[in-house]
Amino acid sequence: MKKTLKPREREQLLGTMYGGPMGLWFTLFFTVPLGIIILYSFMKRGLYGGVEWEFTLDAYRQMFNPSFAMVVVRTLWISVLSTFLCILIAIPCGYAMAKSKHQTFLLFLIIIPFWTNSLIRIYAWISILSTEGFINSLLMRIGLIDSGLKLIYNNGAVVLVLIYMYLPFAILPLFTTIDKFDFSLLDAARDLGATKLGAIVKVMFPNIRSGLSTAFIFTFIPIFGAYTVPLLVGGKDSTMIGNIIVDQVSKTRNWPLASAFSMILTLISLVGVFWMLYNGKREQMQKGSKKTTQQALEHNIKAHHSLRGTK
Amino acid sequence: MKGVEVNVQRVSRSYGDFKALDDVSVTIKKGEFFSLLGPSGCGKTTLLRIIAGFDFPDSGSVEFDSKNILPLPPDKRQSNTVFQTYALFPHLTVYENIAFPLRLRHVDKETIDKKVLEYVRLVQLEDHIYKKPSMLSGGQKQRVAIARALINEPSVLLLDEPLSALDAKLRQNLLIELDQIHDKVGITFIYVTHDQSEALSVSDRIAVMNKGKVLQIGTPYEIYEAPSTRFVAQFIGETNSFPCTILSCEPYEEEYLMRVQVPALNGEVSVTDYKAQPVGTQMDFTVRPEKVRISSNPPRSTVKELNTFKGIVEEPVYSGFQSKFYVKLDNESSTLVKVFKQHTAFLEDGPDIEWKDTVYVSWTASDGYLVKDTAR
Repeated sequence: MKKTLKPREREQLLGTMYGGPMGLWFTLFFTVPLGIIILYSFMKRGLYGGVEWEFTLDAYRQMFNPSFAMVVVRTLWISVLSTFLCILIAIPCGYAMAKSKHQTFLLFLIIIPFWTNSLIRIYAWISILSTEGFINSLLMRIGLIDSGLKLIYNNGAVVLVLIYMYLPFAILPLFTTIDKFDFSLLDAARDLGATKLGAIVKVMFPNIRSGLSTAFIFTFIPIFGAYTVPLLVGGKDSTMIGNIIVDQVSKTRNWPLASAFSMILTLISLVGVFWMLYNGKREQMQKGSKKTTQQALEHNIKAHHSLRGTK
Repeated sequence: MKGVEVNVQRVSRSYGDFKALDDVSVTIKKGEFFSLLGPSGCGKTTLLRIIAGFDFPDSGSVEFDSKNILPLPPDKRQSNTVFQTYALFPHLTVYENIAFPLRLRHVDKETIDKKVLEYVRLVQLEDHIYKKPSMLSGGQKQRVAIARALINEPSVLLLDEPLSALDAKLRQNLLIELDQIHDKVGITFIYVTHDQSEALSVSDRIAVMNKGKVLQIGTPYEIYEAPSTRFVAQFIGETNSFPCTILSCEPYEEEYLMRVQVPALNGEVSVTDYKAQPVGTQMDFTVRPEKVRISSNPPRSTVKELNTFKGIVEEPVYSGFQSKFYVKLDNESSTLVKVFKQHTAFLEDGPDIEWKDTVYVSWTASDGYLVKDTAR
């Protein structure tokens, strides 16, 4: 007799089937390459690229080089600053879009830049910012300045173009969560005595947290690994981790060192992601308990304060 | 008496071509339970939002105890609002929601504990202070909203259809609780509703609104028994309302007795009113269904000026404590007259009246009344 499956078992089997191809794809093309990178970072450097199969911590030792440390620090501050500014700009954008009657049109405007190759858009910025570029020639024509300002090939230009490149990735998730946000809560907060800003910070921000985390992850991770932007609009002191990895792979041909830097990149990104996930979990964990007597109530209030603390 | 007097003078508000409020004036007394009653779109919520500070009038003034409050933002007004959709903060527990206004004012911890406890007891939510709003039922959510709005000890509590999302039974209970809370805190309540039975049962006074205008302000009794316009008569409770013409008018005891021609009834009707109307005036004659008597035999009443019509029961509707009858008059008009009959005792009034029975409907002159035939 043929064995019949219970609905629950059948569902589980179907789930495995649906998830199968995806799992296989990620194992083959994500997990395995990541494993190779981890492995390479502990290998000895091959003379003309590649590795020799011999365990060593050389790559990690080489990283403790002041000039590399500088790059890591710089990458961090550029990424954190760009991400922070991106989200800061994206919040009012998402808010305005959620409130607007022309949502589809505005969404469309945000998606348009994706139709053009990112390199071309970076070159467009070069022609805008360069010494004989659009801004400088405009300012000189007006007579505000005599000689071209140095707007490009510095860290400022890198931050500016990074924000430009990744802003849509911050706006889209923020827009979707703000769109779902119940704006009458802001009225309620105002009614209860909050100022305009107070209402947004105390009531809106906690309720669009998932959008803020997504925006953070979507912008911080790609910015942290960026290499074309600092390469094309950055100066001598704009090198980021991404550039080092490219150099170590293609020029210096120190594959273990490139792998070690990739590890750093991945680890710092993971810290960010886990921090966000932890925050989300903690939010869910706060569940109620049930007690009936009056003493229990008073006890509850006290316990409640020692747990969370009030300002 | 706590609370303030709320004085709304000549307030107008338009959205494009739509006049949400058209020259509205209302004075709400200190500590009063005042209802703004009207169909959706009549401007009652707009008026409430203007008092709360979420909307601004194009012209007119709003005063609390003769102090102009229009320049103040919502957070600086002595009013708090209970929203129709509760508007509880989903990321905070019941305790934190109720404590929210106090924390904003940096009240010390012990006072917060004491006050939250007091207000949690007032709305009977002692067992739920630790829960998030998503774990509460609709009625519980609205109680939290009420406690949160009261904890700041406002002078005016604004309630924007607070019970409309709840089921009928719960609505009745919460309404009575709300009335008791009003008695306890003693502040001015302004209650917006489209449900006339809610407004009638708890209000001290009611303003009936339609199309951006206040049609009548009065106690529930005045509004029900002496509506000033046809709209008020028809909106509050059920009624039989027909256009009529005044034929004669003479003093009658302390009022005036009028004979009016009612084309819809194909006859003349006697009606008393405290105000004399000139002969020939076009008005509306109205009589409440519960004031109309229905009987199988012609009424043998000795009451003078009894209006009697003969008809056939077109549609009997049994609804427990009473029955409604739609009686089709036995004349060319074929008008349907609504009659309510209370079931007080079994077989009290002889045999039951059934479908297609021939019946007599009657009412005394003092039970009917005349209202202005305004189009509104």
